[in-house]
Amino acid sequence: MSAVISLRGAGLSYGPRTVWSDLELDVQPGEFIAVLGPNGAGKTSFVRALLGRQPLSAGTLTVLGRSPREAARHIGYVPQQAALSAQAMLRARDLVRFGIDGHRFGPRLRTAAVRTRVEGILASVGASAYADVPLGLLSGGERQRVRIGQALATDPRILLCDEPLLSLDLHHQRAVTELVDARRRSHGTAVVFVTHEINPVLGLVDRVLYLAPGGHRVGTPDEVLTSASLSRLYGSRVDVVRVHGRVMVVGALDDPAHHVPEEVHP
Amino acid sequence: MSVWHQMFDFENYGELLVLVRNSLIAGAALGLVGGLAGVFVAMRDLPFAVHGISELSFAGASGALLLGMNIVAGSITGSLLAAGAIGLLGTRAHDRNSVIGILMPFGLGLGVLFLALYKGRAANKFGLLTGQIVAVDTPQTAWLLVTSAVVLIALAVMWRPLAFASADPDVAEARGVPVRGLSFAFMIVLGLAVALSVQVVGALLVLSLLITPAAAAARVTASPVLLPLLSVVFAMTSIEGGILLALGSSIPISPYVTTISFVLYVACAAVGRYRTRRWGARRTAPA
Repeated sequence: MSAVISLRGAGLSYGPRTVWSDLELDVQPGEFIAVLGPNGAGKTSFVRALLGRQPLSAGTLTVLGRSPREAARHIGYVPQQAALSAQAMLRARDLVRFGIDGHRFGPRLRTAAVRTRVEGILASVGASAYADVPLGLLSGGERQRVRIGQALATDPRILLCDEPLLSLDLHHQRAVTELVDARRRSHGTAVVFVTHEINPVLGLVDRVLYLAPGGHRVGTPDEVLTSASLSRLYGSRVDVVRVHGRVMVVGALDDPAHHVPEEVHP
Repeated sequence: MSVWHQMFDFENYGELLVLVRNSLIAGAALGLVGGLAGVFVAMRDLPFAVHGISELSFAGASGALLLGMNIVAGSITGSLLAAGAIGLLGTRAHDRNSVIGILMPFGLGLGVLFLALYKGRAANKFGLLTGQIVAVDTPQTAWLLVTSAVVLIALAVMWRPLAFASADPDVAEARGVPVRGLSFAFMIVLGLAVALSVQVVGALLVLSLLITPAAAAARVTASPVLLPLLSVVFAMTSIEGGILLALGSSIPISPYVTTISFVLYVACAAVGRYRTRRWGARRTAPA
């Protein structure tokens, strides 16, 4: 099968500052790839490039064989849960509906069919119970469920999740990752999952793209998340410890796999 | 004459009513425009922009008054210049507020200058700031109605993507919605809406039509159909009620309009509190 996302010699710089360069990556259908790295290493730029909102300064990026902008409607985008405007006077079902026809100008036509589809999507992400509740009254975890529904509304080939677990508790983290993984398994949707914290998705991840100030590395978690590999990326000594199937990184500042000690693993 | 009689006087009401026919028509159009545009003013957090635009609109109107030109046209010109400047220079909220803060006193100062130079009837001057019902004559009504139609058509065309871009700009942009273009387009539409409102409630009290009704509606519903509908109903009630109450009195129309719209807001806020508490109770109950 051909790759859904393909980067060749891709690089991005802002003026003299190179964020990342010589990036070679093919994401296959149904693949779950986690994008890790400290703040400022270019995770956000990577997301923006995939969405066609940030042109590369070197190399090529194709999404489904096209330019990212042309492929935008095949990407389901799940942003951080804080990204929603506080003034958003909307219900959960309206947010999902935007995912279907929010980009169209002119008055709404054929509303019955769309409404049925919204119901179906809300049920599939387990959000039917609060479909009519204003978004401002939902919890972070509930809002992210709705977000995933919105992203799935276009029946995307790729799910692009940008820190979707941020400020969610463990229970909701698991619920959100399970929804994403279920979609990948049922539809062969590729998942690009940008995250600060690898552990909630460690069991699902096929490969990792680790972006660091000193370069990047692509590979399975076992290849990339090792003391030797991360020490090379950071240019200083980093220890990777595995405890009960969880990864802890010691020595790297602001590390994505860094584990907060007081967090209890059930 | 007692204060009460200055405020409310319904003698010869039938005859007076005929005189304000134009104002009532203009008021209906304005309620529609203000109620609908207000939804986005609330969603996009633009009350300060409305205020800034209205001062430039006042400058344009008073300039037109001084030069003996069409006041509505002058008001629209001032509005559009302000809205265009805010739309172009203030893409981020912080920049936007600075631009508005700079434009607003300049517009007000300009307006005061024009009015000081104007030698005509004093009531005309005061009306631009605080509104008056007899300000609307027949050719002006035509202007108001045509401009209202332009605003309503523009809003109908861009309603959905504008709502998407206002509530959820990140995802909207990812889905290819022209977020920046819409932001500018709405500023222009808002400029027109403000220019219309200035004619009836005056530059200082435009917010009572462009914010309060939508904010009140938002306290009681989040439905994308009910919210604009209620907002329009509230705006129309405020303005038409204001005109009818102000009719026999010697007082400008604006205190009536602002009071009605404020009372509606307080009532909605009370209902909203009750509803939120009920939602909260339902949602924390074991499933």
